[in-house]
Amino acid sequence: MITTLTAEKLTVQRGSRRLVEGLSFTVKAGQALALEGANGAGKTSLLRLIAGFLPAAAGAVTLLQDGREISEPEERGRFVGWLGHHDALKASFTVSEQLTFFGKLNGRSGDGTTLLEQAHLLEQIGLTRQAELPCRYLSAGQRRRLALARLLLTGRPLWLLDEPFAALDTAGKALVARLIALHCGQGGIVLAATHEPLGLGNEVLRL
Amino acid sequence: MFDWLFRYANPARFMSLSGTLLPWLWGAAVLSLLAGLYMGFSAPPDYQQGRTVLILFIHVPAAIMATNVYACIVVASLFSLVNRHILADVAARTAAPLGAAFTLLALVTGSLWGRPMWGTWWEWDPRLVSTLVMFFLYLGYSALWGAIEDETKAARICAVLALVGAVNIPIIKFSVEWWNSLHQGESIMSGNLAGPFLWPWLVMQLFYMLLFVCLWLMRIRTAILERRVRNLMQASP
Amino acid sequence: MTPYFMPFWALLTRDLRLSVREGGGAALALGFFALVATLVPLGVGSDLMLLAKVGGGVLWVAAVLAALLSLDRLFQADYEDGSLDLITLSPLSLEGAAAAKITAHWLSTGLPLTLLSPVLSVLFGLSGPATLALALSLAIGTPAVSAVGAIGASLTLSLRRGGLILPLIVLPLLVPAVIFGAGMVVAVQTGLANGALGLLAAFSLAATLLSPFVAAMAVRLNLAG
Repeated sequence: MITTLTAEKLTVQRGSRRLVEGLSFTVKAGQALALEGANGAGKTSLLRLIAGFLPAAAGAVTLLQDGREISEPEERGRFVGWLGHHDALKASFTVSEQLTFFGKLNGRSGDGTTLLEQAHLLEQIGLTRQAELPCRYLSAGQRRRLALARLLLTGRPLWLLDEPFAALDTAGKALVARLIALHCGQGGIVLAATHEPLGLGNEVLRL
Repeated sequence: MFDWLFRYANPARFMSLSGTLLPWLWGAAVLSLLAGLYMGFSAPPDYQQGRTVLILFIHVPAAIMATNVYACIVVASLFSLVNRHILADVAARTAAPLGAAFTLLALVTGSLWGRPMWGTWWEWDPRLVSTLVMFFLYLGYSALWGAIEDETKAARICAVLALVGAVNIPIIKFSVEWWNSLHQGESIMSGNLAGPFLWPWLVMQLFYMLLFVCLWLMRIRTAILERRVRNLMQASP
Repeated sequence: MTPYFMPFWALLTRDLRLSVREGGGAALALGFFALVATLVPLGVGSDLMLLAKVGGGVLWVAAVLAALLSLDRLFQADYEDGSLDLITLSPLSLEGAAAAKITAHWLSTGLPLTLLSPVLSVLFGLSGPATLALALSLAIGTPAVSAVGAIGASLTLSLRRGGLILPLIVLPLLVPAVIFGAGMVVAVQTGLANGALGLLAAFSLAATLLSPFVAAMAVRLNLAG
């Protein structure tokens, strides 16, 4: 159980450009934080830094887990559920194959995910009919939903979402908002870079 | 341990220090060149190879520099990866074309030296082959530098390549020697620089080293100045 | 180890499946291998005595080049579509992921090339023992090609047109493999033991053990860019 995510005097540097300097914030379990700002302001870079991909030019990010402090980027990554710009879907793999693969990649034993679990997931995101469809035939909105299902599958407490509402219609956006609220309700933490409000009465950080 | 080094690794300090040293280094280089040439020409002609042994004064130091420069790149790469120092990045990048030039010089002079002796413009001698492979390593390294857009990322990635190459070079040299013993026997290039040729060769080697250091320092200085100009141009008024 | 095996296996089978579904499987490498083996006699003449002398070396070089063909996409495909991010965050370490990808690459290139080599040895008039030696040398040496190639692939994964730089970087590093591999065939042909097998095995072992670490380092550097 991750209880807190703390950033202290973070400096985000991309190449030779300093995007963010001296940023500090704290997010507790059950809370969501929206990152807002113009394109190129450093939202994605900040998310990547928290995920552990990008080293911090200065400052530190710490996760508090049951009283234990985790600040190593690689260790932090074990708690991160990532939804990035790209969908990470292979064109020739069917929806269900993708879910099976990611289940196995994340250490789910046996068949990756049980068929029942997969059916339930697909139902949740509304892709039940597309289960055997290769990903190249999915629409942009459907690809996003599949990425969301994958996020649910990993069962990670800290969600880092980069433009979660992108490419989704109204129903899709409502789904995302619902899933985020559910995740927070279960004690998870959500950080989302977004142009649209999350609608959760959450904090907003402007970059 | 390397505190003294880092004190001079500050770009501004580096510029002032190198600026002061360069004229002296150039002077020393010219002196050693003249001395080396004089000693070389005044030594008695080798009974076996005649005057052409003089090519060895140009070839052997160049071949040695090919390896030395690579060693410099490896050291710079280590500093680049571990300390992330920008001067290390610049040093590695600027040394590569110099190393490639020395390698090419070694290959060409090796070929010229061999022509009167072997009758052909090229022999698959293990030392020449190793030098040729080294030339390709330099080319690959420089190509990779040029291909990656972000300078800092390029520096780190090329540093990894340089280190991989460093580990591999002894293996390559060994395998080429082994290959040679399999197919040909003794090495053809047995230029023995003993006796009257030892001192001329050492002086020429000194010249090559000084030449490299001078050119390297100048290239690093240019790179630093270019970066300053770019920063000035990028800053909004 | 057990928590790592499932992800490792999942990634390996995925890469194999991808190479068949989206990459044409081993067909490209095999076709290239056979084509080069056909072109060389067209270039140097059909004297089987000559071809037998050079066959070991020519086929080794052809195999290395064929194995290189699919290397540039090894990490690049996953990098471009964001899969590499997810793989990095998974329980599987990047070193493990690199090892899985190298293994998958070998299974889809090195192994098929090894299996086709006896057929191509016939084109060069290699004797039975020489054919066997060639196949054995490829079996031992092609893992090194995949391993060293993976290092090059991880260094160049962010380059859009890095296609030509990859061979330029990787081929000099593979000089020992070609020398020792062809040397194994020469040993059989001349009847003189020359230790090539041991040297090739040592090189291959070192390469396959070390390259996942180097490749992982290069991937991390690229992800941080």
